[in-house]
Amino acid sequence: MAYDKFNILTSTAVPLPIENVDTDQIIPARFLKATERKGFGDNLFRDWRYNQDNTPKEDFILNNPIYGGEILVGGKNFGSGSSREHAAWAVYDYGFRCVISSFFADIFRNNCLNIGVLPVQVSAEFLQKIFGEIEKDPKAKFEVNLPEQKVTILATGESESFDINTYKKGNMTNGFDDIDYLLNIKKDIQEFAENRPI
Amino acid sequence: MSAKKTLFDKVWDSHVVHQIENGPDVLFIDRHMVHEVTSPVAFLGLKNRNIGVMHPEKTFATADHNTPTINQHLPVADPLSANQLKMLEANANEHGISYWGLGHEKNGIVHVVGPEYGITVPGATIVCGDSHTSTHGAFGAIAFGIGTSEVEMVLATQCIMQPKPKRMRINITGELQYGVTPKDVALFIISQLTTSGATGYFVEYAGDVFKNMSMEGRMTVCNLSIEMGARGGMIAPDEKTFEYIKGREFAPTGSAWDKAMTYWETLYTDDDSIFDKELTFDGSAIEPMITYGTNPGMGMGISKSIPNYDETQGAASSYKKSLQYMQFGEGDAMIGKPIDFVFIGSCTNGRIEDFRAFASVVKGRKKADNVTAWLVPGSHKVEAAIKEEGLLDIFTEAGFELREPGCSACLAMNDDKIPAGKLAVSTSNRNFEGRQGPGSRTLLASPLVAAAAAVTGKVTDPRELMQEVVAG
Ligand code: SF4
Repeated sequence: MAYDKFNILTSTAVPLPIENVDTDQIIPARFLKATERKGFGDNLFRDWRYNQDNTPKEDFILNNPIYGGEILVGGKNFGSGSSREHAAWAVYDYGFRCVISSFFADIFRNNCLNIGVLPVQVSAEFLQKIFGEIEKDPKAKFEVNLPEQKVTILATGESESFDINTYKKGNMTNGFDDIDYLLNIKKDIQEFAENRPI
Repeated sequence: MSAKKTLFDKVWDSHVVHQIENGPDVLFIDRHMVHEVTSPVAFLGLKNRNIGVMHPEKTFATADHNTPTINQHLPVADPLSANQLKMLEANANEHGISYWGLGHEKNGIVHVVGPEYGITVPGATIVCGDSHTSTHGAFGAIAFGIGTSEVEMVLATQCIMQPKPKRMRINITGELQYGVTPKDVALFIISQLTTSGATGYFVEYAGDVFKNMSMEGRMTVCNLSIEMGARGGMIAPDEKTFEYIKGREFAPTGSAWDKAMTYWETLYTDDDSIFDKELTFDGSAIEPMITYGTNPGMGMGISKSIPNYDETQGAASSYKKSLQYMQFGEGDAMIGKPIDFVFIGSCTNGRIEDFRAFASVVKGRKKADNVTAWLVPGSHKVEAAIKEEGLLDIFTEAGFELREPGCSACLAMNDDKIPAGKLAVSTSNRNFEGRQGPGSRTLLASPLVAAAAAVTGKVTDPRELMQEVVAG
């Protein structure tokens, strides 16, 4: 599925300074019953966000109107657990275009890249600086510059560069996906398939 | 002279169709397993692009994540679940994919039925939209979980784009103690590495412990590779592997078998191969394990006490939040904690050997009154074996009921949800907050530990009960 191109994002951020946020927290299994990619944002962090009677939990960050923006900042090992792409869909559908953490689980990172959410891995120190900045000023803005592979705390000008492979970067900045690429080399794949032993 | 290669390199490299500079490899996929939850949007994507499935004969569909485990002969009550099942069936039929739906004799959990029917073979690349696809690595295959965009990718092109992971080897030497199972070995490794310790790596398990392990045990270990963050785990195929596969329905036969064997026998890590990381543990030091927190890395020997924060890795706030959720305190002993539920099943521990182990402890005993137990076979084949081997009689005698196959309380998408606040000993793979139902609390353990808890109503070292049996 094609998605919007990603270049430079300037936004406030929502902090979630918890480690090992797993995909069952991002979207619990009981909300995976849809057969279309719609509406998952409503159930993002469902059980942290709502009580069992569906009233909002006041102390959860997404229910605090002071915080908002298109960047989600999470603790180390963000997105561990299940392969459900619904987790990335929920993040996207809620309105986040970028997740910053000091470490991502593999499948979640891939899923994000495949649907147009940019996972930005920064050092543990820089992550703390970002959390610190939001704590000081919930309206603090950050710039995520994909072409330059750099994230900047605008108030202080401090920045750090991040890694992304050239291919995926190209996809994100152009809004392409892998299937477009693979369909272009279909003939090679067919030839390869014919020579498989099993 | 050709370069020394690891098992992983041999299989990976032989599947690379294309290499993209400073980008992922295009990897050919030999087997694609599909289930009802992570596939509908992928099939929809094909429709939108107006393309079909490139290799339906390499694609296998089963319904498992969202199926009821009682009264499977009746229509599925939940309309959303019923719709997902209907969609999978329609999609499979439309694209000519074999579909083992609810009620089909081959139905079961995707990672249980793959090996059972010989779909899983050494040296293959196997993917599925479920992270525990790593199970199939037990056969020397490269197997890993993928997201829905990738499911669409594989349906459309039989390829996936993946950066090549780094290589890690984990050696477990020596001999396991009595009462220590493959599940304990896996939980031990995860407790040592943490849930992110192998992120970015593909793991090979080696050493005597794995050599001596049954195929089902190897599946349990490889299954849990993802819980330490690894892309997958694998074990070099040996006589045991070939023996297991031979004669299964989808396994090669005749000259195809001989050809396959010629390839399979080359699948081992060459001496002096280089790993990016190598770890060695003493298998004889592992005891039956149990988890106490909200990720599988928070595990310890069953006789130990919950560590204080400063003895652990990671942030204090996250550790404390986790224990608070579990309603446990630092320094608590696990032994003796009263429990409410026992779940035996899942692709981690829902095979026949797991039910045999469970039966060995509950035989001649009674289910504790305070315990609700869900015994869920991984497949109809497992269910049939339970009946044939007389295990069902042992269970019935001891006050247990057997349910029908499916993922069940492993992810609690169907009605099998552990109620809020209740404490469950589960043989599945994740103890995340609410994984087994909103507010549920999970202790991960082996079938032996689950059995000991089921008959005593509290966390109990199974060796105490087993010794009685041995002595008697
Ligand atoms: S049993 Fe659990 S882990 Fe295994 S396939 Fe089903 S949901 Fe996934």
